[in-house]
This record gives sequence, C-alpha cells and structure tokens, in this order.
Amino acid sequence: MSGTFTTSMARNIFFGGTIFFLLVFLALTFQNEQIIPQRDQRAQLAANPAIAEGKKIWENNQCIGCHTLLGEGAYFAPELGNVYKRRGPDFIKAWIKSQPTGTPGRRQMPQFNLTDKQLDELVAFFKYVSEINTSNWPPNIEG
Amino acid sequence: MQYKSQAVAKLYFIAAIGLFAAQILFGLVMGLQYVVGDFLFPAIPFNVARMVHTNALIVWLLMGFMGAAYYLIPEEAETELFSPKLAIAMFWIFLVAAALTVLGYLLVPYAGLAKMTGNDLWPTMGREFLEQPLPTKLGIVVVALAFLFNLTMTVLKGRKTSISLVLLLGLWGLAIFFLFSFYNPDNVVKDKFYWWWVVHLWVEGVWELILGAILAFVLIKVTGVDREVIEKWLYVIVTLTLISGILGTGHHYYWIGTPESWQLIGSIFSALEPIPFFGMTLFAFNMVNRRRREHPNKAAVLWALGTGVMAFLGAGVWGFLHTLSPVNYYTHGTQITAAHGHMAFYGAYVMAVLTIISYAMPLMRGRAANSNKAQVVEMWAFWLMTVSIVFITLFLTAAGILQVWLQRVSDAPVPFMVAQEQISLFYWMREWAGVVFLIGLIIYIWSFFIPGEEKAKA
Repeated sequence: MSGTFTTSMARNIFFGGTIFFLLVFLALTFQNEQIIPQRDQRAQLAANPAIAEGKKIWENNQCIGCHTLLGEGAYFAPELGNVYKRRGPDFIKAWIKSQPTGTPGRRQMPQFNLTDKQLDELVAFFKYVSEINTSNWPPNIEG
Repeated sequence: MQYKSQAVAKLYFIAAIGLFAAQILFGLVMGLQYVVGDFLFPAIPFNVARMVHTNALIVWLLMGFMGAAYYLIPEEAETELFSPKLAIAMFWIFLVAAALTVLGYLLVPYAGLAKMTGNDLWPTMGREFLEQPLPTKLGIVVVALAFLFNLTMTVLKGRKTSISLVLLLGLWGLAIFFLFSFYNPDNVVKDKFYWWWVVHLWVEGVWELILGAILAFVLIKVTGVDREVIEKWLYVIVTLTLISGILGTGHHYYWIGTPESWQLIGSIFSALEPIPFFGMTLFAFNMVNRRRREHPNKAAVLWALGTGVMAFLGAGVWGFLHTLSPVNYYTHGTQITAAHGHMAFYGAYVMAVLTIISYAMPLMRGRAANSNKAQVVEMWAFWLMTVSIVFITLFLTAAGILQVWLQRVSDAPVPFMVAQEQISLFYWMREWAGVVFLIGLIIYIWSFFIPGEEKAKA
C-alpha cells in the first residue's frame, strides 16, 4: 500500500462504508416490513390462537434440533415447512403418537407425550407455515 | 506478557479448550447417529447432542474471544486491565452458567427445562443456536456487558489503537445483536428474519472484526512489521467485510416468506463476501513474508497463516458455492449447508482462537515460546485437525450433492429418509474423518503438557 493511503483515510472509509450500508440495510428492512404482510399469512395468526400455541409446542420440544422448517434447522430429519401438504393432518398426529419406532439402526424420534389438543395446535402451526409464500421453495413436495 | 492483568486470559483459554473437547465428542456422537440412528437413544437423542455440539462451540469461541481481548487490550492500551477481579468473577459466572445449561440439556427433557426456567414468561427457547434457557441468555448479557465495560474502561485510560478500536466495535456489535435473541414473535417470517440479525450479523459481520483484530495483533507480534502497515490492512479488510456482509444477510431471505427482491440483493452482496476473506489470506502471507524478525513461536505463525487460508476456503469459497439464489433454491437446508458450516467455523473462528492461544499461552507461562518438541507436536495437531476438517467438508459436500439430486432434482424425487440411506457411505467417511480430528485434538491438548522452554521471557 502506497504512502498516500493513510491509516486515517482507511478508518474513515471503514466508518463511512459501514454506516452507509447499515442505513441501506435498515431501509430495506423497513421496506421488508411493508411487503411481508402479503406473504406471511398474518391474518391466520390473528384469527386462530391455536397457531401461536402450536409454535410454542414446536419450540418447547426443540423440533428444530433434528428437522428443518423452511430449510432452517438441523438436517437429520425431514423438512416440516411443507409437511402439512405432504402428509396431511391425520398422518402427522398418528406419526407423532407412534414414536419412537424402535426399528433397529434407524433414526429415532422421541415420544413427546402431547395431548390431542396439543397435537391439533401443532398441526394448525404446520398448516399456517405451509401457506407462507416462500417463492416456490422447496423445489418439490419431498422438501 | 507485559502486564500482569493479561494473565486472566489463561482461565478463559483453558475453559475454551475444555469446551472444544466437549463439542468434538458430541459431534462424533451425532455423526454416528447419522448412520446408526438409534445410537444412545433415548439417553441422548440427536437434538440434544446437537445442542451441546453447537452451543459448546459458540460458548468456547466466546470464551476464546474474551480471553483474546483480555490478553491483547492491556498490551495495546499499554496499561493494566481496568478490573482483573471483575474479569475473573465474570469468567466463573460464565463457566458455571454454561455448565448448568449443558447439564440441563443432558439431564432434563427440553420441554421440562423450558418449564423450569420460565420460558412461558418470555418464550425465547427452541430456536436453532438460541436454545439457551432465559436465565442463561440473561446471564450472557450480564457477562457481556461487564466484559465490555471492563475493556472499554481499559482502552479509555490507555493508548487507543486501531486494533483495540476494531476489536471493541466487534465485541460491542456482538453484544448488541445478541439482544435480538429476546425477540420471538409468533409470526414465523418475522421470527426468522430477526433471528438472522443474531446469527448472520455475528458470524458474517461483527465476529469478522474480532477475527481481524486478533490476527492483526498476532501478526504485529510475530512478524515485527510496522503497526501502520498492519492497521491499514485491518481497516481495508473489515471495510470489505461489512460492505459485503451487511447486505449479504439477504442470502438468508430467499425462501422464508420474505420479499423476492432479496434474491438479487442477497446474491450480489454475498457473492462479494469471499473478498475480505481472500484479503485475510493475502494479509497473513504478506506480513509473514515481510517479517523483520524470526519469532521463536513457529506454531503461532503456522496457525495465523492457516487461519488466512482456511477462513477463505471455508467461509469464502464454500459460502460462495451455494450463495447465489438460483443455486440456493436447490441446496437450501441440505448437507451443503452443513459442509460450509464446518469448514467456515473451523477456518475462521476456531483457528483464530487457537492462533491467539498458541501465541499467548507460552508468554503467560513465562516463556517466549514453547520448546521445539512441544511446537512440533502442536503443529502435528494443526495438520491433523485441519486436514480432517477438509475431508469432513468434502464428504459432506458429496453427501449434499447427492441429496440435492436424489431428493430435489432427479425425475423421480425420493423422500428424505430414502435419500439419507443412499448417501450413508459418505456419512461413514465423515465420521472417520471426525475420529482423526479427535486424535488431532488429543495431540493438541497433549502439546500443552510437554515441558521445557526455548528462551527466557523477552
């Protein structure tokens, strides 16, 4: 680096650049907040309190520790963002109730002892997530 | 070591290495569960092993950053630490909180832990990497604030260098963005959007400032190159980091319900993210080539060069591999992500922490560098761990490509578990590479117990 480019110039570019891009990011965040109401199914959330309860069940049992939800989480077990569309409500409930399978050598899901009401709430949560506009992701129903 | 209070770093470094070992052991458990699904079930289900694996990583890196800061800030500021006692007290609080949290994960079902720790009062748990119970999260905030207060006061009373400034900015950013872990709306799109303000703006933002500052500090010490030159490099690198990384957050906003405009913004800016990492590679090699002294600590120089290379490969190249939205459409949430995650965390952050440990530990133990034998052993550990993480990454990449093909691209896509069974060969190879990593880690720990000294303290 030549002698004309001084440390204080470098520092000023650092602060200027950072602040500029931080402000752009905040502006994009603001724009984001204006657009997502058309995509995030918030009307459903307001209409059906079971969805929020379902999200708590999802979190309190740390489902994300094995599964992905809209592609985020662990990669040990199937994507659940579209599980409502892939399997339907009855299969989901029956599956959760019947765990663990105990099949030797196969990946095991714990038994979470959810009540029927909790299972319905979890399914309501999955239905809500499956209807979020994700720009056609995943590429197919297998997730 | 020029200031007595720098010695508090030793505690942090020792605990960091202990948690590093825990992280690797649980990683091996998970790796085996990928192929022998019922291994240790139901005692340690996969999700529990994963929480310990990832949380131990985060905590030991934070411990490493804190140790690094306590070591280098007094030397940069040319004054004793504002309060060594506060630093020691915070260390024990942090360690005990981390230990209790891990015990909670292992001994109590997660739903029970959530109930016991008052998650209903303010739900924050059950989100990836932010699984910690509310009291632990609050503890992290308290420890971080006390730590930042201590360091900021030290810098304010002493010399203010660019390295201190960049390091403090990185650490303050770390603390501030962690506050978003307390925001957990019912709306999944908003939850995910702001979750990334912790995760992305940490690892692809402010943590890189910490990494750059640590690397710059060690390079000044081991090469003797003028501070002026090194600080300019540091500013250029962190400028490129934040110019690309802040809007690069957009590469996480492609498929989670956020507007499609993020696909263009995220692709463009995250495609630039490898540049600052390449800058680090050039930086490390350039400074070592222009060295004005032969530092007796060859191992520390090796770690510094290794950080430059591996951060670029793991974070830069493997990040770019799947960052463009048309590619990411197929790779999102597959083993490709896992491959990138492993080499990026190792190359950037693990190696940076091991660099400062390698440089500072001998000094804190009263010698300029370890004995030749200890350094040779440490370098063996360097190569074993580094080569095996490369292989872990390559095997996971192969697994990811096959997974994408089988599950998402082929004419007859198969279900997740069918695809997983077909790629199990690669998971086995990954696990064996993991065993080699563990051997490397054991040798690394052994290197600390090899006696003898090269030179008296400078």
